[in-house]
Amino acid sequence: MIGFAYSRATDVADAVRQIAADPGARFIAGGTNLIDLMKEEVARPTRLIDISRLPLTDVETTSDGGLRIGALVPNSDLAYHPEVEKRYPLLASALLAGASAQLRNMASTGGNLMQRTRCYYFYDVATPCNKREPGSGCAAMGGVNRIHAILGTSEHCIATHPSDMCVALAALDARVRVSDSSGERTIAFASFHRLPGNEPERDTTLHPNEIITAVELPAKGFAANYSYLKIRDRLSYAFALVSVAVALEMAGDTIKEARLALGGVAHKPWRDRDAEDALEGKPATAENFTRAAATLLRGARGFGGNDFKIPLAHRAIVRALGQAARGTPQSQSDKRIA
Amino acid sequence: MAQKTAARHAEKFPTPAKIAITLRVNGVDHQLELAPWTTLLDALRDHLDLTGTKKGCDHGQCGACTVLADGRRINSCLALAVMKDGAAITTIEGLAQGSTLHALQQAFIEHDAFQCGYCTPGQICSAAGLIAEGRAATADEIRELMSGNICRCGAYPNILAAIESVLARGGTAASETNGEAGR
Repeated sequence: MIGFAYSRATDVADAVRQIAADPGARFIAGGTNLIDLMKEEVARPTRLIDISRLPLTDVETTSDGGLRIGALVPNSDLAYHPEVEKRYPLLASALLAGASAQLRNMASTGGNLMQRTRCYYFYDVATPCNKREPGSGCAAMGGVNRIHAILGTSEHCIATHPSDMCVALAALDARVRVSDSSGERTIAFASFHRLPGNEPERDTTLHPNEIITAVELPAKGFAANYSYLKIRDRLSYAFALVSVAVALEMAGDTIKEARLALGGVAHKPWRDRDAEDALEGKPATAENFTRAAATLLRGARGFGGNDFKIPLAHRAIVRALGQAARGTPQSQSDKRIA
Repeated sequence: MAQKTAARHAEKFPTPAKIAITLRVNGVDHQLELAPWTTLLDALRDHLDLTGTKKGCDHGQCGACTVLADGRRINSCLALAVMKDGAAITTIEGLAQGSTLHALQQAFIEHDAFQCGYCTPGQICSAAGLIAEGRAATADEIRELMSGNICRCGAYPNILAAIESVLARGGTAASETNGEAGR
């Protein structure tokens, strides 16, 4: 690690004041990704502003019946929170599919949103990477790209967002509360992460000196019919090759409302309203699931090493929709896929 | 390239001052003055001479560095010591009571739950955290919730058996042998 200065923020106002005062400064909370990136010298902050002691650790019901999750709630506490287990089991399942028990104890809700891609070339400072060093090129495109994106890529970047939690939050239409010195604003989850386009160095739409204070969930949690299906190289403690978050509202055998999000395939959790429309008002049949999968994956493109992800994602979507419709969600400890 | 960057960086930014912190490690308070980039793992090993906690990958991928911080298992290689100022840390050295081994240590011996032993301190601290969390009842759940600890010798079946045996005896949690471990 390269040397850096360290300071603690005393409250949110102090945190945004400190970050605005030092262009090389970064916030640190759980640190599970940032410290790793600093060891590799991919991230080289001149100052770390420790926000881990700020009082953003509450999980509380909101006036509209939703849930407000403080940005510093650890991933493990959120996964096991009684309200999340009961009302938002899709979120609990996605959280428990990610990382390890140790990392979930450290990682914060806001930090999970801010984690960077696990693209090998982003991590390897000896190779070109437009995300790490804008304009240097993309080594993944003609390189080993087994783990890379098949949707929403640009000629500059084919990295994926690595989070499991965010895939569930995308499906649940979460909102991100952020603050800076000029006040607070709310970002719809679908607008929080961005596609690489011409600026792959920008992962999110967060402004430079903003801090995430909370993530809010709407009242509707789809607790009866959901599934988080994660496909990876080993059964635990590995990033997704493809993951699927499904939330359905069923009326008998008919799908009344559908939410469908993919992880491991794009620069952000991937949703397509047309795929969800194709399911709503229709019976929960394999034919309809197949049609929705085809719609969600339209435009998918492989780069050689990751071509397999397209049929894999197709089958995973169909399987996860079946699990959700039947009310038999994927277990995160019994790894058999029902 | 990294070296050049470092040299440029050193020119531009003088070395920040060390920071005074207190760590309560295995029940004993330690005052330390550390550079902010010192990880908790390095503080334990290099500054407090507690080398039971192992440095495996140093990137949060193997679990060899697992310790309990305020009763919760964490990867000490990805924690900055200055951020743990005031925390109670339990390492493998803090689990036994005098010459009486912690139930997990005894079970690892009885079940031959290691070969080379390098991952063992992390496995045992992680298992102590798992028992305190109270989320694992079945073998599948133990396997899943211990997945953050890699054993290159492949002693997994015996590690599982050791943890199962402690859980079956009512999970003599770390809290019973060390006041800080089971919070």
